[in-house]
This record gives sequence, C-alpha cells and structure tokens, in this order.
Amino acid sequence: MTTEKKPAAPTGVVNKRKLEERRKFLRTMILGAAVLGISTLGYIPVASAWRIRMRPPGALEEADFLASCIKCGQCVQVCPVQAIKLDDIDHGFGVGMPYIDSRKQACDFSCDAVQCILACPTGALVYKKPPYVASRSEMKVANPPILLAKEKDPEPTLNLRERSGLARLARPDACLAVQGKGFKGPARGPDFKGIMRFTEVDRWKPIRLSDHPFDLQLCDLCVRTCPIKGAISLEPVLDKEGKKHMTPTVHEPCLGCGVCEMVCPVEPAAIVVDPRKGWSA
Amino acid sequence: MANKYWESVRVMLGGEPRRVDASEFTEEAKTIHFYKKDEKQDFEALKLEARAHQKKGVWLKRRWVTLLSINLLFVVSFWLDIQILEGALTASRMLGFHLIDLNSALQVMLAHKHIIVNLLIGTGTVFVLWLMLGGRTFCSWVCPYHFLAENAERLHVYLVEKKKVSDHTFHRGVRTVFWVLFALMAIITGYTVFETISPVGIVSRALIYGPGLALGWVVLLLLFEVFYSRRAWCRYVCPIGLTYGFVGVFSPLHVTYKLANCHHEGECRKVCEVPHVLDCVIKGRAPTAQLDIGADCTRCGMCIDVCPSGALAFEIKGLRKIM
Repeated sequence: MTTEKKPAAPTGVVNKRKLEERRKFLRTMILGAAVLGISTLGYIPVASAWRIRMRPPGALEEADFLASCIKCGQCVQVCPVQAIKLDDIDHGFGVGMPYIDSRKQACDFSCDAVQCILACPTGALVYKKPPYVASRSEMKVANPPILLAKEKDPEPTLNLRERSGLARLARPDACLAVQGKGFKGPARGPDFKGIMRFTEVDRWKPIRLSDHPFDLQLCDLCVRTCPIKGAISLEPVLDKEGKKHMTPTVHEPCLGCGVCEMVCPVEPAAIVVDPRKGWSA
Repeated sequence: MANKYWESVRVMLGGEPRRVDASEFTEEAKTIHFYKKDEKQDFEALKLEARAHQKKGVWLKRRWVTLLSINLLFVVSFWLDIQILEGALTASRMLGFHLIDLNSALQVMLAHKHIIVNLLIGTGTVFVLWLMLGGRTFCSWVCPYHFLAENAERLHVYLVEKKKVSDHTFHRGVRTVFWVLFALMAIITGYTVFETISPVGIVSRALIYGPGLALGWVVLLLLFEVFYSRRAWCRYVCPIGLTYGFVGVFSPLHVTYKLANCHHEGECRKVCEVPHVLDCVIKGRAPTAQLDIGADCTRCGMCIDVCPSGALAFEIKGLRKIM
C-alpha cells in the first residue's frame, strides 16, 4: 500500500521505500519458488509409480491419460454402477482423475454402451485409440467383445476394442472351485454395497450383490457373472499329484472389467485384475 | 483505441498504470478537474447527500446468488441426477452442450499436444460466453475459490484493522511469469501440472464428488491469505484469471467511470481485488470525462456498491449508442 503514495521527497522516506521495494522483490521471488516447488511435488507419486490404477474402460496409456484427462468427473456421473471414483492429491498429478477399485465396485458394462467413453470431453477415454497416441498390440482384443447381456440383440458387441487389464487367478489355493467347494449365500456377504446388473432380474436396473444370493454345488461365481462372452471358464487342470481340479481359466476376450474380482467370495479375492496388463498366449 | 487496449493488457500483466500528463487530458476532463478544485464545500454537502441515498451491497447479493446457484446446479445435477449441468468447472455439459474451462483446456492441449473436436467445441462455447460477459467475470461470478477467498479477505481486512496482521504485497508481474511457467511445464512434462494445485478445480470437485485431502491445500492457501497476504492466489498466482483476463480485453461488458460524479475518496480502491485498474479514480488522474476500467477487472461490482456517488457503473459497450 505504501508504494502507491507519492514520495514526499525527504531522504529518509525514500530509503524506506527502496527497502520496501527490495523486500517486495525478495518476497515475490520466494512466492514464485514456493508455488513452483509445490506444483512439482505432484511428480513424486507419479515418478515412483505408487500404485498402478485401474482406469475406466477405453483409457489411453497412462502417460497419455494423465496428459489428456481434464479432471471433470463426467465419467463418474454417467456410470450406472458408480464404479468410477476420482483420485485424491496423494496421487500427485493424478488428483481428480478417474479410477476403478474393482474389488469394491467393478464395471460390469451395465450401461451397454460404455457411457464413460461417450461422456469424456477430451478423448482421454476412447473406443478406439487414434493413431497419434501410444498403443500396445497386446491390449487389443482379437474380435469385437460380445456382451452376454445383449447377446440376443441384433448388435451384440461392445464398441470397445481394447482391454484395460487382464484377470488372473492370483491365489489358486484359496479358490473354492479349485478346492472343489460349493458356495451358498450372497457372494460378498450381506453387508457388501457393490451393485451389479443381472439380466434375469432386470436388464436396465443393477441391484445389490447382497440381494442376489447364490446356491452353487461348485463355486463358479467368476464364470457365471462375467459379462463378456468367452472370457473365462472352469477348466479341469491337473495338479502336481495328478489330481484333477476345476480351475477358473482366463481367455483372450477378457477386457479386465473386474467383475470376477468383485464377486469372488474368498477374502482377499482369489482372482484379481492386473490393470494395464495385455494378453500373451 | 488500440493504445487503450494495450495499456489495459500491460497493467494486467503486471505493469504500473501509466499516469497521463495533464496536458493530454480532454477539454471536458480538464474542465471537470478545474471545477473540482474550488467547490470543496459543495462537494462535502454532495457527498453526505449521496451517502444518504446509497444502496448497499446490491451487486454483492446478485453476485453471490449467481455464484452459489451455478455451483449448486453442478452439485444437484449429479446428486439428484437432473443432468442440467454435468461435470465440474474444468469441463461440463450444459443440457448436452460442451463447456470447457479455457485454462484447463489450454493445459490439456499443451500437455497432450492433440486437440479433439469436443474439446474445441467446448472451449469455443466458453470463449464466446465470456467474451460477451467480460472475461474475468468468471472469477467473481462463478469461481468457488473466489467466494472462499473473498470471505477470507474480510477476515484479513478485519485483522489488519485490529493491527493483528499486516498485508504483504508481491509484484503483480509474477502472475504473468506463473502463466508462462505453467504453460511450459505442461509442454515439457506432459502433465497438467497446474491442475494438480488449482484450488478452483479442487473446490469444484470437492463440492460435487465429495471432499478429500486436496482441500487441505486450499485451506493452507486461505490461511496464507488471511494471515500474510491479501487475496494472494487471485492477485499474484492464478493463471486462470489471466487467461480469462485476455478474453475480457475486448469484452463489451465492463465497469465504466464517470469523472464528474467522483468525490475521489478512494473507497472503491479499498474494496477492489485488483486496485491497479482503478488508478484513474485518484484525484487529477482521469484523462477523459468517462473511461472504461481495464481487462484485469473481475466485474465483481464491489466498487459500484461502495461508491456513494454513482461514479462507477456497469456498462455494455455500444448499448449507450443504440439506446
């Protein structure tokens, strides 16, 4: 404020003014350095590859995704099962960017059209990657994925052409099917809040998983709830002792949607999705 | 004319307002300045009368209602699923039309280095909107951080009055430096670096999608503004403000100053977020009888509210000629 008044000329005042100017300059430099320093802090979680996030379907490769996402959350708003959440500032540059925690709430393609991709204003989520962004051949699916829920429709496929990850039986020993065990009751217990679409209940209205109990001789939850045709099946596999076990086996059409991870009744899940992992035969 | 715009941009980028020499004043302005010298007693009487008729806080009320309604519309569009204004302030859809914040769009374009049609459409819509409405009008009429900051500012001003804290100013040019640096960082790193610390995006998302740790950063900023430097983020850092400032250079909507009505009390400069745009109200400075306030003005209307003599008013350029 002092700088705006006209100097009254006496030498003492002038010196004070100059001193204030110098202080102001110094303060400004410190402010500049501080803001820049803080803004680049966001690089730390990115550089240390803190945790690889499962992005919504159709996400560009991570570097492109971080560059192109405008952090508006429109994908969050259109998702019928509220699978998409936004990251917090502990994820640095990833703050405000969408991710999916499949174990809590997986994307089950309830929307049929992959709404989040339609909603994205910047092309961070796409049906088909444009030629100018990075892509990996192992992420592309061989054939247009058939959505079981609309298998009888004239057009049974999803527009999506790439997977966002791949399911993997991480703990075969814990898998109920491998142990030859059945399953009775709601898949994740009565308190689980996750929702899912069951076409036999209502094609357009997802219901709570806890409201849809199962009674299975042999647990095949991951297979029977998988929304994509031919992505997973139970196959007889011989163990070391030559004993036959029915084992969930992931096939090429898997898109990495994470439904199997969400429904898996053992804790922690026997089957998990590896985000950004491609198919290798 | 071109000179006027250039001066307005120069001041916005951090330059000190140029003092026009008295010899360059228009005849009308000279006359008004001349009469103001003598009629001191009359002015005192006029001042008191004007004060008595002053309407208080009209624009403040209108602005806060607008700001809160817009942000509430974002919130209810999601929570009640009425889908009128979907998204957050960085990018949204209003009844299906793309709206994209100019600065966020710029960051994304610079980081990603590719522009898709939707991004271009949304940016165009917002550009035209704020071109009509005054550029930095976004800051004071929409930005949720502005709302928090102006309330923090009240507290700061109160504490300054009580001599508990003092205001530490910075060189305003640093905002221009930040604007360039954030653009460069987006290009070089390929990340939208500014978006990570932008309190505008953080507050907007917190309102719509629920609070998170990121609000801690916003709280730190507000504390800095309360206890150390008045309106520091908006005045010295925010590149969003500068981006919209550029849009406002040629905007028809602006605050206009009428020299004849002014009592040169400086009340307007005390409440202004960007007092350098009101340099012309200082006694003996205005080179013309009426002049437009520069691009950096956020069109918040605080000066209009506080002016007891109607020397400042909103104006739409050209409308005066037509009417």
